[in-house]
Amino acid sequence: MNRRTLIASAVALLLAGGLSLNLASTPALALDELRIIAPAAPGGGWDQTARAMQEAVQSGGAVKAVTVENVPGAGGTVGLAQLAGQEQGKDNVLMVNGLVMVGAILTNKSAVTLENTTPIARLTGEYEVIVVPGSSELKTLADLVAKLKADPGAVAWGGGSAGGTDHILAGLVAKASGADVSKLNYVPFSGGGEALAAVMGGHVVAGISGYSEWEGQIKSGELRALGISAPERVAGIDIPTLKEQGVDVELANWRAIVAPPGLTDEQKQALLATVDAAVKSDSWKKVLAAKNWTDLYLPGDDFTKLVAAENVRVTEILKGIGLVQ
Amino acid sequence: MDVLASLLQGFATALTPMNLMWCLLGTTLGTAIGILPGIGPALTIALLLPITAKLDPTGAFIMFAGLYYGAMYGSSTTSILLNTPGESGSIITAVEGNVMAKNGRGAAALATAAIGSFVAGTLGTIAITFLAPLFVKLALLFGPAEYFALMVLAFTTVSALLGSSLPRGLTSLLLGLAIGLVGTDVLTGQPRLTFDILSLLRGIDIVVVAVGLFAVGEALYMASRPDMRAGEIVPIRGSIFMTADEWRRSWKPWLRGTALGFPFGALPAGGTEIPTFLSYFLEKRMSKKPEEFGKGAIEGVAGPEAANNAAVAGVLVPLLTLGLPTSATAAILLAAFEQYNLKPGPLLFSSSSTLVWGLIASLYIGNVMLLILNLPLAGLWVRLLSIPQPLLYGGILLFSTLGVYSLNNSTFDLVLLFLVGILGFLMRRYDFPVAPCIIGLILGRLAEAQFRRALTISQGDASVFFTHPLSLALLIIAALVFVGPLFYRWRAAKLQSVKAAG
Repeated sequence: MNRRTLIASAVALLLAGGLSLNLASTPALALDELRIIAPAAPGGGWDQTARAMQEAVQSGGAVKAVTVENVPGAGGTVGLAQLAGQEQGKDNVLMVNGLVMVGAILTNKSAVTLENTTPIARLTGEYEVIVVPGSSELKTLADLVAKLKADPGAVAWGGGSAGGTDHILAGLVAKASGADVSKLNYVPFSGGGEALAAVMGGHVVAGISGYSEWEGQIKSGELRALGISAPERVAGIDIPTLKEQGVDVELANWRAIVAPPGLTDEQKQALLATVDAAVKSDSWKKVLAAKNWTDLYLPGDDFTKLVAAENVRVTEILKGIGLVQ
Repeated sequence: MDVLASLLQGFATALTPMNLMWCLLGTTLGTAIGILPGIGPALTIALLLPITAKLDPTGAFIMFAGLYYGAMYGSSTTSILLNTPGESGSIITAVEGNVMAKNGRGAAALATAAIGSFVAGTLGTIAITFLAPLFVKLALLFGPAEYFALMVLAFTTVSALLGSSLPRGLTSLLLGLAIGLVGTDVLTGQPRLTFDILSLLRGIDIVVVAVGLFAVGEALYMASRPDMRAGEIVPIRGSIFMTADEWRRSWKPWLRGTALGFPFGALPAGGTEIPTFLSYFLEKRMSKKPEEFGKGAIEGVAGPEAANNAAVAGVLVPLLTLGLPTSATAAILLAAFEQYNLKPGPLLFSSSSTLVWGLIASLYIGNVMLLILNLPLAGLWVRLLSIPQPLLYGGILLFSTLGVYSLNNSTFDLVLLFLVGILGFLMRRYDFPVAPCIIGLILGRLAEAQFRRALTISQGDASVFFTHPLSLALLIIAALVFVGPLFYRWRAAKLQSVKAAG
């Protein structure tokens, strides 16, 4: 691992040396160092996003030293509190966040919200699948919806943590089907395959997860995918969308990058330019391909609007479920 | 996949230079801590957890498993030569082993312990290889209701077996349960017992509690005792090549010890101590010369030493296939899996097959390494005992602090570490066992989550625990385990009074 880091930094150095001539003509970014906060423990999605961003920024050579700092805890709200608190007004700090944080802020009753940040851009995302065990009598999404309408409590959903993306999708699907959301029977499991075992063992009726996590079991037929939460069919994934089956829900488990509050417009534009360059680098494209992440790059004001819209939608559904008062 | 094909794959993983190095490091370190009294595998792995957080999990687990096996090898050396067990699994070894050493047969005692450990370790690993995949099939039948019943079974045995006094064991267990409640509730996402402290929302890290209780607590306890060294090391005498007679007297106890140790290790809270005692008494009963026991009978070393190694192998089966820790070290290993976001259970074998089979293969290799490390080099290892205790425990304190800080870069964790450390010291000082606390912390969280999941799925109908056959069977066993000893004691008391009356 050490050797790999060494090679990576050597490559980065060479690139930096090679590119310095070109950079002289572009407006210089006054950044000696950049710190990217991953508000989660090493290894998870946010950490991987932060590290991919670190390499991408470094490969551009615009910033001399890019570091990643892990601040785990409470769905990222511990990191968020740090960003809005001690990092306030600093123009060399970024933090990764995502849809999960929108829910966590609500369920944890966090004093700091995403409004206390400077939104930079949405980066990537993943769509969710709804599955049943391969042996289930439910063959299509329509079967599941019918069961859900008849008795929402009879459909035990297995998925990730309470108030997380999986839970939100279950709520959105129940609502769109016209079922009573307050009777949603969602069973949260902690990560690492526990939910998968419960679905495969037939202990719950249906399961929800990011597609890539259960891809193997879906392909082998142990799980039957009833629908994917994408706006339209995803290339390479043979699963109908929820929308085309009459359930008007789309949801991406997006990951984004934000800056501390209290920045001037200039500072914000400089950070945006850094991220923009990183997202267009080969390094970033390679990571997207290698990790099978969907590119959902959405910079600037459009992202700010998205966050506001998601906040409304998530708040409404979590209130409906009863997780938030 | 075929077991043998998987195992071969595993050997391909385990035989890479890096993994061989981790295995060697684990076995060496294991032997060392096995020899040092007071420093056990649970403490050491807890200390290593934060340091290994960024390592490749396969390498880390190969090291941990080697360490766990190695501790059982090393502990016999201290038992035999110092008459102080290096680990609790070697308490009974000291009885015969130390007498043998004093009679000039120390080398033979060390040899039968090491070879017995090798035989048991290897047979135990073979048992893991073939039993684990069967367990995996069984484990998919386990839903939340069944898991909860399994936790109940684990609870009934844990507190009674892990300490000399039931109230103290229970206190420690309840303390662990209470600590486990702190944080975000798994089922509703609501904060509990967090006192509006943001850092407490993610719960109290098991690693912090483990390092605090085992390492910091133990170091403080050692520092509080003015006289730390006692006991006399008997120099090794005799030949390490056992005589034909010694071989003849050793091989059956090895096999019987293995047969006792493995199932006990796999049972909830079976642990390594009970099978060693059972093995000792079994050998004494089966011996043609029971009068030799207490005067240096080699069977009394061979049997228990095989039993404790086989028990360690047994512990790994429910840990890997069900995520069920049956010993304190296994509980720490479970925390290690959590650290890597891996969930031991039926799916571990398919989702992380490289890790699992690499780990199993490394156990075969580790056993060979340990035999080589322990048999000819026993004399060298004993010198470890001359390290001054203050340096040793000072080092432990330093490593725990560094390690825990590096986990989350959180000063809050450091404060927590030392608070738990003081708690650990007080528990040690007033003779409360610390292991039930850790087990309560881990099992409590799991049991609560599974209980509520089962009720959520059944929409509040509590009869699920009794209508699912597997769950019912487990609950009945738990009830028997709980009531059995009470009934036995009651009957024994009644017989006594009948005798007295007659």
